Amino acid sequence: MSDTPILTITGLRAKVADEDLDILKGVDLELQPGEIHAIMGPNGSGKSTLAKVLAGHPEYEVTGGEVTFNGASLLDLEPNERALAGLFLAFQYPVEVPGVSIANFLRTALQARLEDGEEVDLFDFQDELIDRMKLLDMEPAFAERPVNDGFSGGEKKRNEILQMAVLRPSLALMDETDSGLDIDALQIVARGVNTLRDENPEMTILLITHYQRLLNFIKPDVVHVMVGGRIVRSGGPEVALELEEQGYADWKDQEVVTA
Amino acid sequence: MPENELVKGLGLDEYQYGFVDDEAHVFRTRPGLDEDIVRQISKHKDEPEWMLEFRLKALKIYERKPMPTWGGDLSDLEATLDEIYFYVKPQDHMERSWDDVPDTIKTTFERLGIPDAEQKLLAGVGAQYESEMVYHSLKEEWSSQGVIFDSIEDGLKNHPELFREHFATIIPAADNKFAALNSAVWSGGSFVYVPRGVELKTPLQAYFRVNQERMGQFERTLIIIDEGAQAHYIEGCTAPVYSTESFHSGVIEIVLKKDARFRYTTIQNWSNNMYNLVTQRAVVNENATMEWLDGNLGSKLTMKYPSCYLMGEGAHGEIMSIAYASDGQHQDTGGKVVHVAPNTTSSIISKSISKGHGRSSYRGLCKVYEGAINARSNVECDALLIDETSRTDTYPYIEIEEKRSSVGHEATVSRVGDAQLFYLMSRGLTQEEAMALIVRGFIEPIAKELPLEYAVELNRLIELEMEGSVG
Repeated sequence: MSDTPILTITGLRAKVADEDLDILKGVDLELQPGEIHAIMGPNGSGKSTLAKVLAGHPEYEVTGGEVTFNGASLLDLEPNERALAGLFLAFQYPVEVPGVSIANFLRTALQARLEDGEEVDLFDFQDELIDRMKLLDMEPAFAERPVNDGFSGGEKKRNEILQMAVLRPSLALMDETDSGLDIDALQIVARGVNTLRDENPEMTILLITHYQRLLNFIKPDVVHVMVGGRIVRSGGPEVALELEEQGYADWKDQEVVTA
Repeated sequence: MPENELVKGLGLDEYQYGFVDDEAHVFRTRPGLDEDIVRQISKHKDEPEWMLEFRLKALKIYERKPMPTWGGDLSDLEATLDEIYFYVKPQDHMERSWDDVPDTIKTTFERLGIPDAEQKLLAGVGAQYESEMVYHSLKEEWSSQGVIFDSIEDGLKNHPELFREHFATIIPAADNKFAALNSAVWSGGSFVYVPRGVELKTPLQAYFRVNQERMGQFERTLIIIDEGAQAHYIEGCTAPVYSTESFHSGVIEIVLKKDARFRYTTIQNWSNNMYNLVTQRAVVNENATMEWLDGNLGSKLTMKYPSCYLMGEGAHGEIMSIAYASDGQHQDTGGKVVHVAPNTTSSIISKSISKGHGRSSYRGLCKVYEGAINARSNVECDALLIDETSRTDTYPYIEIEEKRSSVGHEATVSRVGDAQLFYLMSRGLTQEEAMALIVRGFIEPIAKELPLEYAVELNRLIELEMEGSVG
């Protein structure tokens, strides 16, 4: 692992575009290549907002701070430019795109990564897609279904990981990928993520979750606790276990004190 | 070519089919319309007396009927009609072989990919250039099966009884003002007859384009599918971009005899100065199946409602349509199904997309006559709005006289959402690519019914249209 962080967040503040109050109130975070970080926190603490702001969601507005991704400023980039730079957001609520098959969508996404004049080789793509689907226990026919249209919650989450597996980001933000998954599906997803990391040890992951459960399957190097739009504690995996026992009550009290 | 320079100057050059070739016509009437012009057209075509009388009678009906006050805005049309040429003849005689087609016309076709398509798929090509067939070929095996695929003029000349038996019986001149106009000045179009029991595997294609400024195009097509026969007719056209108004008013008549199956596919991509007012109707007899697959892009105003008259027991009618309205365009489209006999079934699926200040309207009629027991009809219309300024309306007319029937209607309106765009962009697509993908997904249920090369062309047009759609 190199000493240059892949992602550096400094004093990041952000709000919903047409509202007044900041949701992120000065987030500091540093991820080294290949690390797995988990951010835990209660509802409304700003975890998902952080993921969306990093991916460039138009609903949010950055009001302060900086984010450096691979040595360049991230916040000036359009969402698609961030994706091409290697960032991937696995959505908490994946969006339905009726009439567009997963295969077609992914081929278009891969095509976007090529230079003008280059074309995705259809046969290579087909092989790759089938290979990636096997990794996630998916039937090949799944690729012909319209993106997230009529999917169960579990199928949507698995589809997110499939996209991640095909697009091979250097930084994956996984926003509550575990919610709505039963234990079998959770294990499949975790196995997929771990395989991707075995294939590319440099792949960096930021997991956002309510629960310790996911962390039994995807082992984090660092666990952060986010409360009231700030990281209030960072530590090793033991932090997650503490939270599981004690909940967030202590941190909430602290927020009231500091507010 | 100066026209091309002009087009470029207008910044319209991204419209890839908006090119103009040197005009190669040899005869045209003066602008405007009166009895003398109708007589000239008929004389020029060397028509029998009954056709001249039909035309003159139709002209009177046209003059008598007021402009429709429903549908789109036709207030500028009267002035337009005073200026257009109602008849333009590009050549003296029909061409049989590709080599004989004049070079300027060939250039146009080559740019549209016609010779290519000819080699690959086309069995018979009736390509209409300006007002008349210039190129027409028919596969030998079809001739031997008795299939007729001719220009409408040759249909009248060579098959007078068959022609007269059906001509204007589906759409009489008095049907509406523009049917009357077409009846008076019609020129060009196809005459198709598929004999009893003949099943055509490859589609019949007519590719035509309007290629003269201020020119009216009044094609007339008559198709007869005899008992148990099956065929698919494909017509597509693109028009060059011009600054003055243009006008197109076709009449398409189709008869399906007992147990026949027929699909009529058309994609029209008119330049955005075109009034496109078309009447197309099929009479569907016992256990026959008629399918309209209709794509309307471009034009200033399109008013077009393919119809199925389900006259025989067990007849089935299907209308699938896509409309795309951009800035300054109004697509007033939909379909009509009329259930006359028992156990008739129909479905209408209509998808429209409005962008910028474009407006698309769904206008449909489902009528069930008394005695059409167990008639079943289902109408689904979905509208997609690209911008805040885009507009869509729905005018579903349902008239049911038979209690023992069932009619369903479902309409949705959706707007391309930020959430959808962001989702696709977060995977690396530009906003335009994301938009194009969403639109393609929206029309996919109908696009997948299109012949491959048409689906490809449609996708390409949508991509072009989505360029610069987001600001």
